[in-house]
Amino acid sequence: MIRVVLPPHLRALALVNDEVRLDVPPPATQRSVLDALETRYPMLRGTIREHGTQRRRAFMRFFACQRDLSHESPDALLPGAVADGDEPFLVVGAIAGG
Amino acid sequence: MSEVRVLVGTHKGAFILTADGKREKWDVSGPHFAGWEIYHVKGSPADPNRLYASQTSGWSGQVMQRSDDGGKTWAPVGNEFRYDGVPGTHQWYDGTPHPWEFKRVWHVEPSPADPDIVYAGVEDAALFRSADGGKSWEEVSGLRRHATGSKWQPGAGGMCLHTIIHDPADPRRMFIAISAAGAFRTDDGGTTWKPINRGLRSQYIPDPAAEVGHCVHRIAQHRSRPNVLFMQKHWDVMRTDDAGDSWREVSGNLPTDFGFVIDVHAHEPETVYVVPIKSDSEHYPLDGRLRVYRSRTGGNEWEALTRGLPQQDCYVNVLRDAMAVDSLDACGIYFGTTGGQVYASADAGDSWKPIARDLPAVFSVEVQTLT
Repeated sequence: MIRVVLPPHLRALALVNDEVRLDVPPPATQRSVLDALETRYPMLRGTIREHGTQRRRAFMRFFACQRDLSHESPDALLPGAVADGDEPFLVVGAIAGG
Repeated sequence: MSEVRVLVGTHKGAFILTADGKREKWDVSGPHFAGWEIYHVKGSPADPNRLYASQTSGWSGQVMQRSDDGGKTWAPVGNEFRYDGVPGTHQWYDGTPHPWEFKRVWHVEPSPADPDIVYAGVEDAALFRSADGGKSWEEVSGLRRHATGSKWQPGAGGMCLHTIIHDPADPRRMFIAISAAGAFRTDDGGTTWKPINRGLRSQYIPDPAAEVGHCVHRIAQHRSRPNVLFMQKHWDVMRTDDAGDSWREVSGNLPTDFGFVIDVHAHEPETVYVVPIKSDSEHYPLDGRLRVYRSRTGGNEWEALTRGLPQQDCYVNVLRDAMAVDSLDACGIYFGTTGGQVYASADAGDSWKPIARDLPAVFSVEVQTLT
């Protein structure tokens, strides 16, 4: 079970109030987690990754275990604590504004 | 008893304002899609409970929403807007080639006849069509592939397709406008398009009378006279009587002819409304006085409408999609401001009152007259 925390505007879009728990077949990577997330919540397609290219949208970031994973390969293994469900995979809107 | 439903898109959500036909007491629902930019919300003429909304965010891109119950509940529909083929380039602000990139939907225009058919005007400028209630979108690519496409360039707000007008007399004819390319018309259902900018003059392009490059802000039409169009250009209020084949200026005695909105009275096709804005660098009313101007002569002769509008220290803007009219016997006029006010007149502009005062900056206003 992998835990995903969405930013508030995407929680509202997906109609979820709390973190999302997903069954993701190993290996746990950004791609496999986001694929599972978008399968469960199709309204999130295009809002975290671009349609077509599946690239991370420029103002979205991925954090876990106090690390910034935004620039990791989408196929790199996520930290073991995320794969084990001990720590969440955080989808974060980049800080903007004052 | 008639009812009026005002659909308001704002910087941080959508609001729906409803009143009975007297238009005295207004209920406000919202924010819908709180925190998101709502560029436009519009209902289907064929099924007024079918609404479409463009929901967008700098972080998460484009979402399209649909309601089948007049805005009580909403569901996301398709949000993939893929240009047909290899998009190529248009001109950037400095005239250099710049790749076409989808950014957001500025305007949704449901078909007059079929609630499942809806058009979307997007930035970077293109027209998309859905025939399945917004689930999927296909580009009407004959427009962007027009021979002048590589010469189009963005206005200050981006290269947006913001106006879509269905010709009520001819379902194969449609008008669109792009900032800053100009106005275009199709007579064959969208397969081919022609620029309709003859008569426009714009000092900010190398050839002021060029075929394309004009920053058209908004076009309005009265459905009883589909060949007559009124245009608020960047500067200049314009009119055509031949479906855009030629335009003439009708700014007349306006104190400034810069502005964004323009609309036509529901029952008087020669009665036109604009909100003059000081200039292209000072986007607020002249002298801090918010005045709607009305022409009852199809242009040239304009009167200021001020009763109920702030006449000092007012420095809001009225954006291009933020004026609409209802079709009750005493035509109602509505507009929203970047200060978050929505003003309404139940007497064709003679007097005004705010029906919402403190919303986020208003991007768009549409009105449905329900019977």
